[in-house]
Amino acid sequence: MSALAGLDAVFRRELGTYFTTPLAFVFLAAFAFAAPTFAFNVARFFDTNRAELTPLFTYLPWLMMILMPALAMRAWAEERDRGTIETLLSLPIPVWAAALGKFLAAWCVAALALASTFPMWIAVNYLGAPDNMAILTGYVGALLLAGAFLAVGQALSATTGNQVIAFVLGVLMCFLLTMAGSPFVTGALSAAVPASLVEAIAHMSALERFSAFQSGVIGLKDIVYFVGLIIAGISWAGLLIGASRAGGR
Amino acid sequence: MLAVESLVKHFGPRIAAQNVSFTLTTGEVLGFLGPNGAGKSTTMRMIAGRLEPDSGRVLIGDHDVAADRRAAQKMIGYLPEGAPAYPSMTPQSFVKFCLRARGFSGAALKSATDSALERARLGDAAQQRIATLSKGYKRRAALAAAIAHDPPLLILDEPTDGLDPNQKDQVRGLIRDMASDKAIIVSTHILEEVPAVCTRTIVIHRGCILADESPDELAARTRTGRLDDAFRHLTISDDQQEGAAA
Repeated sequence: MSALAGLDAVFRRELGTYFTTPLAFVFLAAFAFAAPTFAFNVARFFDTNRAELTPLFTYLPWLMMILMPALAMRAWAEERDRGTIETLLSLPIPVWAAALGKFLAAWCVAALALASTFPMWIAVNYLGAPDNMAILTGYVGALLLAGAFLAVGQALSATTGNQVIAFVLGVLMCFLLTMAGSPFVTGALSAAVPASLVEAIAHMSALERFSAFQSGVIGLKDIVYFVGLIIAGISWAGLLIGASRAGGR
Repeated sequence: MLAVESLVKHFGPRIAAQNVSFTLTTGEVLGFLGPNGAGKSTTMRMIAGRLEPDSGRVLIGDHDVAADRRAAQKMIGYLPEGAPAYPSMTPQSFVKFCLRARGFSGAALKSATDSALERARLGDAAQQRIATLSKGYKRRAALAAAIAHDPPLLILDEPTDGLDPNQKDQVRGLIRDMASDKAIIVSTHILEEVPAVCTRTIVIHRGCILADESPDELAARTRTGRLDDAFRHLTISDDQQEGAAA
């Protein structure tokens, strides 16, 4: 019960902070501007002459690998930098509940950002007869992808008291996760590590998992992959912060 | 209320606490004195459950802080060094956050919040963002959060640091008001406030307890009968004292 009270308190505090500062508004504005810009100008949304949101979903992972670490970088780095981690860790809250509360608040902001692209969904229904189930599963995949990137970003935020370092590490890790199956990464790795390991890393590709959702398929393995990344990221953040009890700051 | 047993803490090669042991009962106000880096804040952080000792243990009531941390932390009000608080929150929302984390809700949450803000004398500042407040008001906001749940053990790390004389007097008055039904530890560098607030003093230096007695007994250690002379006598080595005299 007290763990849930702690989770609720941290969730409310984090969500409140996003909206009492310009942070959430800047994030939402950037997302609402950048996502359609990619879809219209890079993926040529109208030139495809098809009623679908593939042009939007194709570029979402690239947008998210920048914006999700930006949302997650403050999670623990700011607490360390401002010393508020002293207050937080002296409250009767399990660290996992604090980490989960922070994650859920950031995930809500990410969900709002995704919702800002719904006018495009409405537009394609006005222009033609899209496969709405495929679009829906695409959004489910995008939400899971956002969650995975946020969890990874939070874990890296727990390693440092500097938000810029947390952001750079987060972008780098999300880039590697996205590109894991590409020839760029597998080619570079194949010279240095065994083929079986290269194959295993290739299967870690977030892009590949997300592509399955875009085609209207929700596979159990893909859900397990994203949920696993979310749990791993939150757990790793919790372990690092818990370990700070032994080491000081 | 509090039993600190043989606490040891190292930060790399530096010893921050070396076999620190003492007990504290309800009604006592303990002045925790020592030079910078003596181990005061480290000891207080270990009591508050923020930091784990290398060895030794802390008991709050019947709860071991290491084994039963959350139950122990429910009994503590802790004002950390520097009184950190979230700058984007108001003192009111900060106090509410700390109370919610402790399981308060509904009418109890409102009542405890209002009472803490009033006792810390935040006035209209309770509705302003902490980032816009003066150092004194920020400290009062953190103090309000520490006392809001009416804990039986209060740990206040330099509660009057940065306050003006009037604010210092108000905080001392607040500590005296709460003293009858709480055990309170106050760390301070302002020795003149020790007799005004504390019933007992501990002097710590290089992680070791050098004295544990009443303020009067501590002052009586030197011929001048002054606390600052006794403090200097205990915490400056013979060589340094000779140098200072020369």
